[in-house]
Amino acid sequence: MSSSPTGISIHQSDRALKRLKVRKAKEARFRMCGIGAVVAAVTMLGWLLVSIVGTGYTAFYQHYLTIDVELTESVIDPTGARDPDELRKANFRKIIQEAIYDRFPTVTERREKSELFKIVSASGATNQARQMVYNDPTLVGKTLTITVPTSDDVDQLLKGYIDRDAPENRRKISNKQIVWVDALTETGEIKSKFNTTFFTATDSRDPELAGIAGAVVGSLMALFVAFAVSVPVGVGAAVYLEEFAPQNRFTDFVEININNLAAVPSIVFGLLGLAVFLNFFGMPRSAPLVGGLVLALMTLPTIIIATRSALRAVSPSIVDGALSLGASHTQAVFHHKVPLAAPGILTGSIIGIAQALGETAPLLMIGMVAFVTEIPSGLTEPASALPVQIFLWSDSAERAWAERTSAAIIVLLSVLICMNALAIFLRSRLERRW
Amino acid sequence: MEANAIQDSGLFRPVTPGGEVIKMSEKRAHALAVEPKFKCRDVRVFYGATEALHGIDMDIENTGVTALIGPSGCGKSTFLRVFNRMNDTIPNARVTGDILMDGENIYDKKIDPVLLRARVGMVFQKPNPFPKSIYDNVAYGPRIHGLATKKNDLNEIVETSLQKAGLWNEVKDRLKDPGTSLSGGQQQRLVIARAIAVSPEVILMDEPASALDPIATAKLEELIDELKEKFCIVIVTHSMAQAARVSQKTAFFHLGDLVEYDDTEVIFKNPKDQRTQDYITGRTG
Repeated sequence: MSSSPTGISIHQSDRALKRLKVRKAKEARFRMCGIGAVVAAVTMLGWLLVSIVGTGYTAFYQHYLTIDVELTESVIDPTGARDPDELRKANFRKIIQEAIYDRFPTVTERREKSELFKIVSASGATNQARQMVYNDPTLVGKTLTITVPTSDDVDQLLKGYIDRDAPENRRKISNKQIVWVDALTETGEIKSKFNTTFFTATDSRDPELAGIAGAVVGSLMALFVAFAVSVPVGVGAAVYLEEFAPQNRFTDFVEININNLAAVPSIVFGLLGLAVFLNFFGMPRSAPLVGGLVLALMTLPTIIIATRSALRAVSPSIVDGALSLGASHTQAVFHHKVPLAAPGILTGSIIGIAQALGETAPLLMIGMVAFVTEIPSGLTEPASALPVQIFLWSDSAERAWAERTSAAIIVLLSVLICMNALAIFLRSRLERRW
Repeated sequence: MEANAIQDSGLFRPVTPGGEVIKMSEKRAHALAVEPKFKCRDVRVFYGATEALHGIDMDIENTGVTALIGPSGCGKSTFLRVFNRMNDTIPNARVTGDILMDGENIYDKKIDPVLLRARVGMVFQKPNPFPKSIYDNVAYGPRIHGLATKKNDLNEIVETSLQKAGLWNEVKDRLKDPGTSLSGGQQQRLVIARAIAVSPEVILMDEPASALDPIATAKLEELIDELKEKFCIVIVTHSMAQAARVSQKTAFFHLGDLVEYDDTEVIFKNPKDQRTQDYITGRTG
């Protein structure tokens, strides 16, 4: 098939040009497919982010009512003893009620009064007043200006989530309440402020008082335990398996099982934790310690696989160089191979741990799904975790929970992005050495 | 100075990197000088069930450069790796036969390959400096063997090793720079300095110039010429011209057999075997 004597090579004929055209069309189609896939992926991701941020960002501010409260002595301290423990038990609900009724003196009917009181967060306001008096009993008898959260329904109305034009019986807030709220908003008594409660409070039955602090602390504690357990164990196991273990049926069996473990549904690890840590070892239920151990088990295969592939990626010529100088195998591994694999090991570990941060299922099994209203102070205290908190809130009926669910998801995603950014930063930092 | 005098007198004596003559009796020194460094008898290497070397009998001279040549896959690199037991690191590799170094079987159970490799250094085809500083590259060997207890001693070993490798003047102002920042030829000389730093008796070189340009190659060959005064050097090379230039003895390998082994001059001018003749004239390989 050499070129003809006339000088036209087979690569210049019409058929050759046609073949070239077909080839180029094929390549163009493939590029289009690639671009299409990227666009589809980016669109879906963007959609996810927009919908979450769109519903969630309103949870970061909240409406508060500023009101004068008269701390009537006859109501909260009829004996006049000023005993803080007695003061604590006093009827602050009545105090708040009186304050609001005083603000709208024209409201006299029982039912209307009840509706009026529903403007503020009942437990939020009473607890705040109670705490202030408990801290400073001399306040009794004085008039105090306090800023309390409005009820979640009022908050949702002002955020525009409740349709004012809907028939009265189809919305959670009555016509009269709308009139009162509008009047208070006009005078500036109801104002929107940054929702610090969301970041400082724990879970609550009332959306306007609920926060993620407890869940975040629980998650951090569990992650700390998971990291402290899974990284040394995982890296150690990987180095041993990759470098020192004899090649035999048993190690093959171990390797297959580690790879399979990486694909085991996380809820199974939860069941394992329930059976082993809770039932066998008798560790406390709902504790971050147990949650962390379960997450560590779940992360182990990821770390082992990442570490082994990082070790395998180290150039054998470096190891040969060390061995040829008379370094022992162990020295070659720990002086050269492991340090060179460190960026890969670190990235794998952080990604594994980030994955663990987002896990809900295994934590449900060991009771970290409990309604916890205190920030855990130790590894064995009952705690919740951020993803579990999201799961709990997403199940609640009120409109106000929806935005808080999304807001908690935003926080979770931010933490994940920060962890992944840290992984990338550390990797580039360690690799830049040479 | 004294060392040079002895070498001039034709008697080989092991010398530390500092130029200090290792103390031993005249008799032993003489014996070491005239006895072959390695005696190989019926050396076979297996990779799994495949026999890569079919019973090699060969003596490696105590002084000078011995070149191993032959077409790709002839087993010359495999044979080279027998001398420092680097084949041990390959799974399924097995070595049989006797390899005596100074009369001692290096495959004996009581020989620790780690110590053997301190006595028999190696330079690889591709320069493989550690991703550490130039200083740490050279200091690594002395450190793991505990050759220097004081910082000054270590500095001295590093300096003399780099000097012997002809690299000192090029790197003395940037010892903290990464070894990988050097050029290919410099990296290869750095690797040689690294090997010299542990005071080996033998340096094995596995196609050390194949990744280098002609100028770097010329420098390397010059260096080999200097090093042969103090070390027993065994070099595997693809370039027959190189073998002719640097070696005193040449061994021609073909398909796992040692075909011919003689003085380099004889091999290149007057080979006895037809296969050697074909290879060095470029008809095969």
